[in-house]
Amino acid sequence: MAKVIGGITTSHIPAIGVAIDKGLEDTPYYRDLFATYPPIREWLNEEKPDIAVLFYNDHGLEMWLDKKPTFAIGCAPQYENADEGWGIKPIPPLTGETELSWHIVNHLIENDFDPTVCQDIKVDHGATVPMTLLWPNHNYQGIKVIPVAINCERHPMPKPSRSYAFGKAIGDAIRCWDQDAKVVLLGTGGLSHQLDGPRAGILNAEFDNYCMDKLVSDPQELCKFSNVELIEKGGAQMVELAMWLAMRGALGEGVPEERLRNYVSPISNTGVGVQLLIPQD
Amino acid sequence: MTDYKMRPVEGTIHFDGAQATKGFNFNKMCFSFNNEEARQAFLADPEAYMERFKLSEEFKQALRDKDLNKLLELGGSIYYMAKLAGIFGWNMQVIGGMQSGRTTEEFQAYLESQGRGKTTNG
Repeated sequence: MAKVIGGITTSHIPAIGVAIDKGLEDTPYYRDLFATYPPIREWLNEEKPDIAVLFYNDHGLEMWLDKKPTFAIGCAPQYENADEGWGIKPIPPLTGETELSWHIVNHLIENDFDPTVCQDIKVDHGATVPMTLLWPNHNYQGIKVIPVAINCERHPMPKPSRSYAFGKAIGDAIRCWDQDAKVVLLGTGGLSHQLDGPRAGILNAEFDNYCMDKLVSDPQELCKFSNVELIEKGGAQMVELAMWLAMRGALGEGVPEERLRNYVSPISNTGVGVQLLIPQD
Repeated sequence: MTDYKMRPVEGTIHFDGAQATKGFNFNKMCFSFNNEEARQAFLADPEAYMERFKLSEEFKQALRDKDLNKLLELGGSIYYMAKLAGIFGWNMQVIGGMQSGRTTEEFQAYLESQGRGKTTNG
């Protein structure tokens, strides 16, 4: 049977992709952030997961406002990246895992989640920045990827509790897949930030750390928040906690081991959290 | 009727159905900026480009004025406005300052004042 071996939370802000392109990893501004990743890469190298289920939100590359799914799952053999309009270099395509994608879709619909099913989508920085951070120099040929998109762009967005439940259903699907495969979960985005309006620039390090604490020990506490409460506490884009909650739901109900945590703020306009969680079974 | 109205948050316009309806043409124009030829076409003749996407006079004027808060108020989405900002070479700190009434340096200092020193590593 397939096994979920761990969950990683990471930011996906474009500025990180630009910093990688420009080789700024060891500058004072970025050093603390990039120092987080080598131990996670070592863990990935040791564990060698076969598949990554990657929770992200599309920021207007593939899923624009004309047809914007609330939840969407990639079922494609390959995912290309493309020009997003402001300067990160597109990266080589990610390889998909159609058999597990379809298994997840079938399991979800049997269990009352009805996502949009995507056989041909491009993925944006929400997916590519995490892949580049975790497998630098485009060295991700050894891992297959299943992108799962959650609408964080236009209200109404799924309630935090619903993103958690959606992730939980995906985790159940992975664990009942009758193939021997090691699966790592990636919850991307966040934490506190607001890009728009007179309130742009708000950060909340205390709340970010609270969220990281509860993500490990008691994610149900985070599921009690409404999206507007998240916006009040951590800015309009704090709603990206959705992907962290989906990842945590998929990880399973027991309290995982928190192998690693880092928090750096600000990077660009964002409080950046990174965690490596190992399920205890 | 189901209560789904989001309570107001100061300094923030929730990008909801009503805003998305008002701003559709503008956001559609900004979505086109994923393409380099489109960016060049806009830069070559912004008025013609805005006309092509049937922008209202209010939207056109806000864009001429580079009034980002007005664009948000009219129905702009920050995700698409970021693509517009890219054309002008404005990053997130530049537009953060423009929207919050700060210079870029002041905006960066504001970010730093809430963040640095709160780094944890472990």
